[in-house]
Amino acid sequence: MNYFPDEVLEHVFDFITSHKDRNSVSLVCKSWYKIEKYSRQRVFIGNCYSISPERLIARFPGLKSLTLKGKPHFADFNLVPDDWGGFLYPWIKAMARSRIGLEELRLKRMVVSDESLELLSKSFPNFKSLVLVSCEGFTTDGLAAVAANCRLLRELDLQENEVEDHRGHWLSCFPENCTSLVLLNFACLKGEINLASLERLVARSPNLKSLRLNRAVPFDTLQRLLMRAPQLVDLGTGSYVHDPYSEAYNKLKAAIQSCNSIRSLSGFLEVAPRCMSAVYPVCENLTFLNLSYAAGLQSIELTKLIQYCRKLQRLWILDCIGDKGLGVVASTCKELQELRVFPSDPFDAGNAAVTEEGLVLVSAGCPKLNSLLYFCQQMTNAALITVAKNCTNFIRFRLCILDPIKPDPVTNQPLDEGFGAIVRSCKGLKRLSLSGLLTDQVFYYIGMHAKQLEMLSIAFAGDSDKGMLYVLNGCKKLRKLEIRDCPFGDAALLEDMGKYETMRSLWMSSCEVTLGACKTLAKKMPSLNVEIINESEQTEFNLEDRQKVDKMYLYRTVVGHRKDAPEFVWLL
Amino acid sequence: MVFEKDLNLDATELRLGLPGTSEESGKQASTTLRIGNKRALPDMNEDSSVAASKQCDQETAPPTKAQVVGWPPIRSYRKNSLQTKKTEAETSGMYVKVSMDGAPYLRKVDLKNYKGYPEVLKALEDMFKFKVGKYSEREGYNGSEFLPTYEDKDGDWMLVGDVPWEMFVNSCKRLRIMKGTEARGLGCVV
Repeated sequence: MNYFPDEVLEHVFDFITSHKDRNSVSLVCKSWYKIEKYSRQRVFIGNCYSISPERLIARFPGLKSLTLKGKPHFADFNLVPDDWGGFLYPWIKAMARSRIGLEELRLKRMVVSDESLELLSKSFPNFKSLVLVSCEGFTTDGLAAVAANCRLLRELDLQENEVEDHRGHWLSCFPENCTSLVLLNFACLKGEINLASLERLVARSPNLKSLRLNRAVPFDTLQRLLMRAPQLVDLGTGSYVHDPYSEAYNKLKAAIQSCNSIRSLSGFLEVAPRCMSAVYPVCENLTFLNLSYAAGLQSIELTKLIQYCRKLQRLWILDCIGDKGLGVVASTCKELQELRVFPSDPFDAGNAAVTEEGLVLVSAGCPKLNSLLYFCQQMTNAALITVAKNCTNFIRFRLCILDPIKPDPVTNQPLDEGFGAIVRSCKGLKRLSLSGLLTDQVFYYIGMHAKQLEMLSIAFAGDSDKGMLYVLNGCKKLRKLEIRDCPFGDAALLEDMGKYETMRSLWMSSCEVTLGACKTLAKKMPSLNVEIINESEQTEFNLEDRQKVDKMYLYRTVVGHRKDAPEFVWLL
Repeated sequence: MVFEKDLNLDATELRLGLPGTSEESGKQASTTLRIGNKRALPDMNEDSSVAASKQCDQETAPPTKAQVVGWPPIRSYRKNSLQTKKTEAETSGMYVKVSMDGAPYLRKVDLKNYKGYPEVLKALEDMFKFKVGKYSEREGYNGSEFLPTYEDKDGDWMLVGDVPWEMFVNSCKRLRIMKGTEARGLGCVV
C-alpha cells in the first residue's frame, strides 16, 4: 500500500544504495517491485553463470553499472584450467542489442576478448568506467579501442590482469579532445609505453586523481608527470631507479613536494633504495601504501619509510620487512585497519621472514586492525590467542602458513585452539582462510562461533566429514565455501543439500567426494549446477560412480546448465 | 672404495631417471603434501594419534621444495612478477670498489644507479677529479692520461666501454682508474 506517486517512491529509493536493501525493497509489493526494477541502475552479479544476460536486461532495463565475477576464486591459484569459462562477450552483445545505457563495468576473473572490448567501446556512448581485476584474454589492441571510442571515459583501471602487450601505442589512441580522465591504472602492462603520449594525456586531464604507471615509465618521465599533475591523490610509480646524486633526482624531489594531495602510494616495480627519501614528504599524509611489488627494498629501507607514515590505514608489504619491521609498523601506524604481508620467496618456506611475532606486535599496536592477509613461516596457538584478545574487530582474517600442514612449532599441536580464539573473539568475522595443521576441532569452533561468516577457505585440514558438517550446519550466513585437499566426502556433501541454495557456490578439489554423490546432488537439486572438472583422459562414461572426482564446483543458478562449457567440464 | 669414488663410477652408471636423481633420493622423496592428483595425506580416523602421526610424516620426509599446485595461494600475476623481480633483486645494489692510481683510498659506486657508460664515467670523473679521454672502439680512450678499466668475472682487466652496458654491469667486479704509462700501454692495445 502506498500513498505516494511513483516518482516520489523512486526518489526515495535513490537513497537506498546497498544491493541487499534494494533487493529487499523489490520484495515488498508488486508496485514497489516495478518502481525499483525500472529505477535500478547498479547491479552486482557474483557469479556470471547464476543468471543470463537476457534475464538481467529484462529484469533491470535501466541498468547503468554492472559488476560481474566469473571464475571461482581458486582459479587465481591455477586450480582451474584455461577455457573453463567466464566469457564477457555474450554480456556485451546482449546489452548492446538491447541498447542498455551502460556506463560502468567492473569485472573480476572474467575472460575479456579484444572483440568484446571493441564492441563495448562502440555500443555505449555514455560509457565512463572500466575496471578489470584478475582478468585475461585481451591485448593492448582492445585497450586501444576503448581509448579511441569511449569519448567520456573517466576510469580505466587494470588490476593484476594478464594482458598480451602488442605495443600498439594504445595510449596514443586517446583523442586529443579527451580530457575527462580521473583514473588511469596500467601498472600490470608489461610492454613499452609511448611516453610522449602519456605526458600529453596527463597534461590535458585536469581531473586526473589517480595514476598508476607500469615498469616502462622511467624516473624522469615520472618527474615530468608529477609536474603536470600536482593534484594527484593516488600515485603508482613505474620504474624508480636513478642516481640519487643527479639533477633528475633533485627535480623529482621538488616535483613530489608540490604534490601535497597524495594519499595513496604504490608501484616501485623497479627501485633504487637510495632514492626512497624523495617520497618521505608525502608519507605523513598517506592512508594507503602498497610496496608489495617493490622487491628491491630491504627491511631497513621499508622501516625508514614507514616511520613517516603515521596516518596509514592500509599497508601492503612484502615479508622482507621482517618481524622487527612489523614492530615499527605497530609503533607508528596507529590508524592501521588493513595489513597484507606477501611472501617475497613463495617457494622457499624456510626463507619467510615473518613469523607469529610480527603479527602479535601489530595486533598489540594497531587496535583498529580489521582486515588481515598474512603469509608467514609459522604460527602458534599462543600468538593467535593473543591476537584475538588484542583485535576483536576482524572482518577478514586470512592466514597462510607457507608449509600448509605445519603445527604449532612450540607445542607441536594443531592450530585449532588459535583459530578457535579468533572466531570466538571476532564476532563480526565475514571472511576466514585457514592454514597449518588443523583437525575437525577447528571446524567445530567455526560452526559454533562464526555466525557472520560469509566466506571460508580451507586447505589440507580436517579429519572427517564431521569437519565440513560443523561448518555447513553452524555458519548460517555462509555464501562461499572453497575446500582443497581435505578428507571430506559424500556424507558431508549430501547431508543438507538445500543449504547450497542459500550459498553462492561450493568448490571442492582433491577431497573424498565421488562421482556418484555429485550425480545424486545434481539430480535432487535442479536449481544447482554441479560441474566436474576432469583433466584426465577418462571420459564421463569410463569413470565409475564410486570413483573420486578431482574437482567439483557447484553454484546456484536460475538459468540451468550453461552452454559454453568446454569438454573437460562435465555438467551433471 | 676410495678408488671407486675417484673414478666417479656413479656419474657414469647407466640408469633410468633424470640426471641428478638417484635411487636413494627417490625412496626418501615421500612428501606429505599432495602434488597433482594424488592425496598423500593418510586418512586419519584415530583422534589421539592424529597430530603424532602427521608429525612423524613430516620428520621422515626431507624438507621439500616440491611445488604443490596452487600453493601458496598467490595470484599467478603476482607469482610471475616475483620470479622476474627475484632475479633482479639478487643483482640490485651492485656496489663495486673503485681505485685510482695514486689515490690514498678507494671509493665505491653502485652500478645500478647508472643507465650507461656516460653517466658512470661522469660520476667517476666527479668523484676523483679527473677527465677521461674520448672513447673509440678502435683506439680506446684518446686525449687523457687516465684510463677507466675494470676487472671482470674471469679476473681479467678490461677497458671500460667495449661491451654492452648490461653485460658490463653483470661482469664488473671492481673498477680501476689507471694513470700514466701503464694506461697508455693498455689503451693502445689493438
